[in-house]
Amino acid sequence: MKVTANDLTALSLREAGAGIAARAISSRELVEAALARIAATDGKVGAFLAVAAERARAAAAAADARAAKGERRSEIDGVPVAVKDLFATRGVPTTAGSRILEGFLPPYDATAVERLEAAGAVVVGKLNMDEFAMGSSNENSAYRPCANPWDLARTPGGSSGGSAAAVAARQVHGALGTDTGGSIRLPASFCGVVGLKPTYGRVSRYGVVAFASSLDQVGPLARTVEDAALLLGRIAGHDPRDQTSSTRPVDDYLGGLEGGAAGLKIGVPREWFQAGVDPGVERTVRAALATYERLGAKLVEISLPHSRYGIAAYYLIAPAEASSNLARYDGVRFGLRAGGRGLREMYAETRERGFGAEPKRRIMLGTYALSSGYYDAYYLRAQKVRTLIRRDFDAAFAACDVVAGPVAPSVAFRLGEKVADPLQMYLADVFTITCNLAALPGLSVPCGLEPASGMPVGLQLLGRPFDEATLLRAAGALEREIGPLPAPSFGAGTP
Amino acid sequence: MALSLEEVRRIAALARLRLSPEEEETFAVQLSAILGYVEQLGELDVSGVEPMTHALAGEAPALRPDAVAESLPPGEALANAPAREGTCFKVPRIIE
Repeated sequence: MKVTANDLTALSLREAGAGIAARAISSRELVEAALARIAATDGKVGAFLAVAAERARAAAAAADARAAKGERRSEIDGVPVAVKDLFATRGVPTTAGSRILEGFLPPYDATAVERLEAAGAVVVGKLNMDEFAMGSSNENSAYRPCANPWDLARTPGGSSGGSAAAVAARQVHGALGTDTGGSIRLPASFCGVVGLKPTYGRVSRYGVVAFASSLDQVGPLARTVEDAALLLGRIAGHDPRDQTSSTRPVDDYLGGLEGGAAGLKIGVPREWFQAGVDPGVERTVRAALATYERLGAKLVEISLPHSRYGIAAYYLIAPAEASSNLARYDGVRFGLRAGGRGLREMYAETRERGFGAEPKRRIMLGTYALSSGYYDAYYLRAQKVRTLIRRDFDAAFAACDVVAGPVAPSVAFRLGEKVADPLQMYLADVFTITCNLAALPGLSVPCGLEPASGMPVGLQLLGRPFDEATLLRAAGALEREIGPLPAPSFGAGTP
Repeated sequence: MALSLEEVRRIAALARLRLSPEEEETFAVQLSAILGYVEQLGELDVSGVEPMTHALAGEAPALRPDAVAESLPPGEALANAPAREGTCFKVPRIIE
């Protein structure tokens, strides 16, 4: 039987790896199929900011040589993946979606990329994103818009929009993103793929362009729960180059996947269904909860009374940290330098020309919140509220194993719908943000299509710190019941 | 909480940002709206609550071993410099 390129791009990450192991397919065929798929679809989708075709072909040849000698490095050896454009990739442009880093060629690889490549995965390119990961729709990319493969008139979500869109559009078999306030889970939900934000400290942030350092975390986006587990297993673990990376041993995420949902206690926060969730989204999420009950899980009503303050706390803490992190873009050591006769003029002009509106807005907000006379009222208060939010979860996890609810109040919204009103855009993260503030692991798994729009809906699962294994097991149980979503059709809309 | 144009300019100067007059106007409106929204934190009694200064305290070793290790060679560290001279980053004159 002849295997077509479309058959190849449709394989899950694990299936593709197994195909190479069985010598039924080669890494070269997979990489060529991925590159052809990107060439055919990315004019419409806009998921990639850079395609490293030659580098990928060389890596594929090396992977095939290893397979021929029976020396494969891992289950993902030879499989094409891609990473969000804020992971440093040695010698491959890394922009973080910003003009201020146009042409920047990192002198080293991010640890997560290094670990993927050490496992043999072939990184075919860099994925579109909101500038400096600031956004919920990918519309803040300084380079090109990114569309939702389910409907090209809608956003893929953000900020890891390119990561979710590329995986959904069958351009690559898996991707890495980052999540500071929902930036993996929201696009995963909008594009109908699995997205996992691990516990803060589970994956090294070394070589990841920093946005808000107490919240940023690296995680996988994939088409199946199994693939997400596989990727997390490869990238997780202590890294001496990231002082906040945990020394805890990494769990066997794949091993626990078949455990099912029987006996699982699922906490359903009553506040999350009072906050203006679209009826179609609520029905789809409630149907998933009913499925869990049928599988033998127990639903427990819980309360997260401080979760309604999450966005307010986040929009003080994240911009404050961002204003500090983004101070390094000054035109001195790398990236853009704009004219100016003196040093101060150089700073101001470089940053004026290099940053888009959203980073400027957040730098302003953060600088204000940290400035003399406002620190106690804003930043310090927000840090105390963060403690209260964490305590809510600590109390909830005394009564349940995971917390479940919607990822977002709506399905993917339309391109242009929220760009004029930053506050409305921020509210898209209402259900995802507390997970980051509390440093917990969180996951989005497709739970169906919203009837009215035909767009994917994600179920959000949050777990105890470092309990990614339970999240993946719970997500796997649901996926086995309802199956992964079909390939998106690119919809009727035009970008 | 309404932010005046003057305040917007003061913050921009602190952040080493140059804003156009249109940006100043837009940010005054948008930042005021966002600050208005975050005012709701004032409803909470946070007396006696410790601020969360570590996302997960105690998970990572506080100190690494004090050992000599390889770092980026100067040539690579300087490769992206907009301007350089020898093994230094070159900047506009600081003292007139």
